[in-house]
This record gives sequence, C-alpha cells and structure tokens, in this order.
Amino acid sequence: MSTDEAGQGGSGTGRPVENAGIPAGNSGTPAGPGRNLIQLITPAGERVSHPEFDPWVQDIADEQLTSLYEDLTVIRRIDVEATALQRQGELGLWPPLLGQEAAQVGSARALRDDDFVFSSYRENGVAYCRGVDLADILRVWRGTAASGWDPYTVNMATPQIIIGAQTLHATGYAMGIQNDGADSVAVTYFGDGATSEGDVNEAMVFAASFQVPVVFFCSNNHWAISEPVRLQSHVQLADRATGFGIPSLRVDGNDVLAVMAATRVALDRARHGGGPTFIEAVTYRMGPHTTADDPTRYRDANELEDWAAKDPISRIKALLDRRGLLTDELQQQVQDKADAVARELRAGCINMPDPEPLEVFKHVYSSPNSWLDRQQDHYTRYLASFGDPAEAPSEEGAR
Amino acid sequence: MTQMTFARAINSGLRKSLENDPKVILMGEDIGTLGGVFRVTDGLQKDFGTHRVVDSPLAESAIIGTAVGLAFRGYRPVLEIQFDGFIYPAFDQIVSQLAKMHYRTRGTVKLPITIRVPFGGGIGSPEHHSESPEAYFTHTSGLRVVTVSNPQDAHTVIQQAILSDDPVLFFEPKRRYHDKGEVDEGIDPRTALPMDTARVLAAGTDVTLVAYGPLVKTARDAATAAADEGISIEVIDLRSLAPVDFATVEKSVRKTGRLVVTHEAGQHGGVGAELAASITERCFHYLEAAPVRITGFDIPYPSSKLEMHHLPGLDRILDGVDRALGRPNSLSGLEG
Repeated sequence: MSTDEAGQGGSGTGRPVENAGIPAGNSGTPAGPGRNLIQLITPAGERVSHPEFDPWVQDIADEQLTSLYEDLTVIRRIDVEATALQRQGELGLWPPLLGQEAAQVGSARALRDDDFVFSSYRENGVAYCRGVDLADILRVWRGTAASGWDPYTVNMATPQIIIGAQTLHATGYAMGIQNDGADSVAVTYFGDGATSEGDVNEAMVFAASFQVPVVFFCSNNHWAISEPVRLQSHVQLADRATGFGIPSLRVDGNDVLAVMAATRVALDRARHGGGPTFIEAVTYRMGPHTTADDPTRYRDANELEDWAAKDPISRIKALLDRRGLLTDELQQQVQDKADAVARELRAGCINMPDPEPLEVFKHVYSSPNSWLDRQQDHYTRYLASFGDPAEAPSEEGAR
Repeated sequence: MTQMTFARAINSGLRKSLENDPKVILMGEDIGTLGGVFRVTDGLQKDFGTHRVVDSPLAESAIIGTAVGLAFRGYRPVLEIQFDGFIYPAFDQIVSQLAKMHYRTRGTVKLPITIRVPFGGGIGSPEHHSESPEAYFTHTSGLRVVTVSNPQDAHTVIQQAILSDDPVLFFEPKRRYHDKGEVDEGIDPRTALPMDTARVLAAGTDVTLVAYGPLVKTARDAATAAADEGISIEVIDLRSLAPVDFATVEKSVRKTGRLVVTHEAGQHGGVGAELAASITERCFHYLEAAPVRITGFDIPYPSSKLEMHHLPGLDRILDGVDRALGRPNSLSGLEG
C-alpha cells in the first residue's frame, strides 16, 4: 500500500500517480474519489513522461534545471537562516517554509514580471524569486515595519496575514487586468486552511462569474497550525474549485517541474481569456507553523519521515545525478551562493535600523488628518519633555 | 441651480465622477440593471457600460476585497453596500485590509475606495435595514467617514469622497433620499468646503446643537421651534465623523457654553461620546453645563412600530436643550 499522496508512483510508466492508500500519519486525506497527481519527477529523481504536461516544460534543459536546483537550495538556506535569526532573538517570529520550496519556486519561476502576486506570509521563497531585497523579506518579522517592500517594484503585494483575504485582492486585480485589456495574470497563494474561509470561496465566485485572469495557487501543506487538512475539507481541495466552474489541477508540490508545468498551463489559460484556474500543490510543512509553534503536540513523527523521503531538493539532486550533472563543482557553487545569500540576509537583518518613534504616525492617511496631527503634536512634546534621549520611554517605563 | 431629490443629487455626482475619471468604477448588488434598490445609480450602467457599473454577486466581503485589488491596479472603485445592516460580512476587508493597507505599505499603496452606505431608520423596515453602524468605522484608523444632510452636499461630497486618496465611508441618510433641494451641479468639488469640515447652519448664542445625516433636518426644526421660546440654538452639521472637525464645534461652544449632540446610533462609544469628551477637554472652562447626548438607545434596532421611540425626534432634542440650559426637563429632580 502506498503510504502517501505525492508518493513513489509513476515508475516511468508515463502515467500520473494514483492517489491510493491511507497516509501513515494523521493529517489525513479527504475522503472521496479524488484524482491523480501530476508528477514529472519521482521522489527517486526519475523523470517520468507525461504527454499532457511535458510540452509545457520542454524548454527546461540542463541549465534551467541547475538553476532551479540553485533556487531551491538558496531558499532553503534563507529559511534556515531566518529560523536561526529568530532563535537568536533577531526576529520576533518566522514562518518556515521548509519542505515547500518546490511549490514556491516552480510556480514563481513560471511567472512573467508583469504578473502580480498576492500571497500569504509563508511565500518568502516566492518573494525571493520576484526579486525582493533580502532584508526587506525580514523587515516585518523583525518588527521594524508593518511590511517590507514597495509592491509595485516587484509586482508582489506584501504578505497577507489574515487567512485567505488576499485571494479577493488578486481577483479584483484580475478584474482590472481584464478591464485594461492586458494579458498579465494575478496569482494568489494560500494554504489548505484558507480554503475554508469565506473570502476564498467568494473570490472563486467572482473569478468564475467575471472569468478574470487569476490563478488560485493552493499550497496544501496538510496542516493549518494544528488542524489537519481533513478537518477543512471532505473532498480533495482541487475538487472544490469544480463546483465554482473553475478548472483545477492537482500537482505534486514537491516536484518543481510538475509545479512549473501546471502553473504555466494555468497562466496560459488566463492570458488567453480562459479565466481562472485552481492549482492544488500537494506538499508538506516540514517545520512548525511558525517559530512559536510546537508540532510535536499534534502530529505523528512517522508522517514527517514519509515526507522527508519526498524532499523537493533531494529529488532534483537525484535527477541531476542521473543526468551526470550533479558534479562536486556544481554542488560547491550552489552551496557558496546559498552561504553568500545567508550572510547578506543576516547582515541585512542585524544592520536594519530601528524606526524613528514618530514613524508610528506616518502613512495612516495619505493626506493630513486633524485628529492624528494633534496626537502626534502632543506625543512630540511628550518625547521632548525627557530632554535626554537616553531617558526616552521604554515599554517598562523610564522613570 | 436645479431642484432635485437627495438620491438624484448623488446620482448626478456619481455621473460626474464617472465622466471625469475613466478609472472610476461602480460596483454593488443590483446597482446596474435595476439602478439600485433606492435608484441612486439609476441609468448609469446604461450610459457607462457593464464594465464601469458592475452588478456584483451577493458577497459583501468580495465587493470590498476585489475593490482593494482593483485599486492596486490603479482603479478608483465606488461601492454600494445595499443596506447598513449588510455591511458586517465585509467587516474584515474594511477594517483589516482597506483601512490598513496604506499604513502597512508605508504609503506605497493607496486605496481610493468609496463605500456608499444607506443608513439610519425611519422608513418602517424590518431588521438590518435601519442601522447606524458609523461608530465601528470612526473607531478604525485609516478610514475617513462622512455623511451628508442635504442634496447639495450629497452632490458635492460624493465627488470629494471619490477624489480622496484615502478610503471613505459615505453614509447616506436613506429616509432623506426623497427630500428635495436646490443643487448647483457646477460647484467644483475641489474648491468647495472640504469634506472633513463641519458647517454651521444657523448661528445662535445659547446652545450648540450638533447633528449629522438624517437628524440635521430634525435639529434645524428644533432650533426653529426653540426660537419661538426665545432660545437661540447654533446648529452644526458635523458632516465628517472621522476626523471630526472639533475646531468648528469648539469655536461654537466657547461662544454658547453649552453642547447638545444628537444621532440615531446608540450612545455608548458613539460619535456623541467622543464629542462630549473632546469638547470637555478642549473647552472645560467655557462650559456652563455638562454636554448632553440625545441618541438612539443601546439596543438592537427595534421593530418599525417602536422605532419612533428609539429615534431622537424634535421633542427629545428640545428636552435635551432644556437640560443643557437648566430649564425644567424630563429629568428635572434627578441627581447627577
């Protein structure tokens, strides 16, 4: 019996993986008939052919595969470094993406610059691919700003914390694209838990009704903090979209190539007036929900082991190895790059200046507001009353 | 000048905004083909097309949430929430997204979105159709909250709200939709009295009476009635509920020494509470009496046969004026 969803199947038969079996762990698979998982690279690193999706990644030659391997490795390194920074007290919190690198890289690398991303807080790998400055990724988690970057410089909104709220923003953005007669696409990322939210369902209603160019990218990492996906849905998540009249794809989220193919299919449909697509990327959150979480309280260690065997980076390394591309030189080069990025990330974090006190009043409104101006004036006088800045107020009180 | 109804004046203001800026888009339930349940958007879809006047599916959160996305893309959405009591499904998108995006993104993302909300009672409707939810939004920083009391302001302020780069809640007093007034459609909203300022409607010397939206008319009637008894009331149409134009109210209270505030919304934590507190702080030494609030009760909106007890009417307002003046009133003899 297969012990998983994104499993060992395929075996070079050219057939999608059967969604058979009961998971060893306790996250569970929703009941119901379900559907096959799109997979192009098996966990053992074997490239399996797939007549429908192969054409979409025909251009991914050795060089591009190597580049994807680098992305995956660098993003994992960013994630590990950020987790360490949190443990060392440099970040208030961090939401690890360990295990979800392929879902993020495969989709983000399928996008054009003029596509626009609305994501949750876990898509920091997507942010890296969009070209967000490393320190900017950490800004919100260090607490120096409510968010890290100017969305228009990278065409990616800053992370959304309210679960699923960003799916409506993406849908509205896509309504704007449609009105403009452009061929770009809005892409929204969210998790399995978000599919229970009203906003996500309303977003699918609007997207379907208006047939706008939006891609719903659901990273099914099996856990919404402590709640397993089976609590969210009685059917496979991809099948939910069908009821809205939105075509959906269910893809092995740890297979970077399959994710890229599926995303390209969805983007192409959107660009050519075909409306929205829902992608369920079946992956696994190997780490805690955030650095404040303790997953040992709710999930089975066996489940973690099973998913470790399907690791997205091991998988692409195995593929490169089979092709004779995984040289020591390449590995060293990728490792050096990851280390350099980690150093830059750490330096950017530690050297990030604290915001000035009066920043609290900035940007609440785009034009003057008499209430706030008065509060700012009074607080400015209050601060000035200390004379010596060293006596300025702290949370504990200065006097 | 043209004589027109309140509803028609808003319609005319919306039309001007649609004409002046191709990025203005109207969206809401039943606003297109039907022209809105109050006909405020009558004829606009026919003239501007289904892409600019959009009938949306029945999902209030999505109306606001997709407008946020449209604004990200450079649009200037004007949304209709069909009735005050229907706004709550959209609460998260309004308070957590719309209100905070500019702050969250340090000013890089502007959301110039106007939400039109017919509000208030007095039309004999069932539950959820007569509420005054403004205080939820005045308590939310990042939003501007305005209301209007006459057709001319309706025409001008709706255009000012749409021109604002901040999100604006525009509360329309639905029981006044059919009131008529003179409207100069040529008034330039950019040079007219700014929407965040109050307006003194009638000068007076004894009491400052502050009202907004549907109760402005009632307040003016009260002032007229009081004049017969020799009481001079200065009536202020507050217009902007966030921010409140305290300076105008303060100036008036320094003159009269007495403040009465009236609104349909409940008293606790309401606009009147903030006015009473702020004016007391700002002109304590000028006050001859404690500020008086004449408001709806802190109850769910009652059924239509009882709503006249809940809504502040002319006599209740005058009773409050008597209290402020220390004249015999319904609470005479009570301590405190």
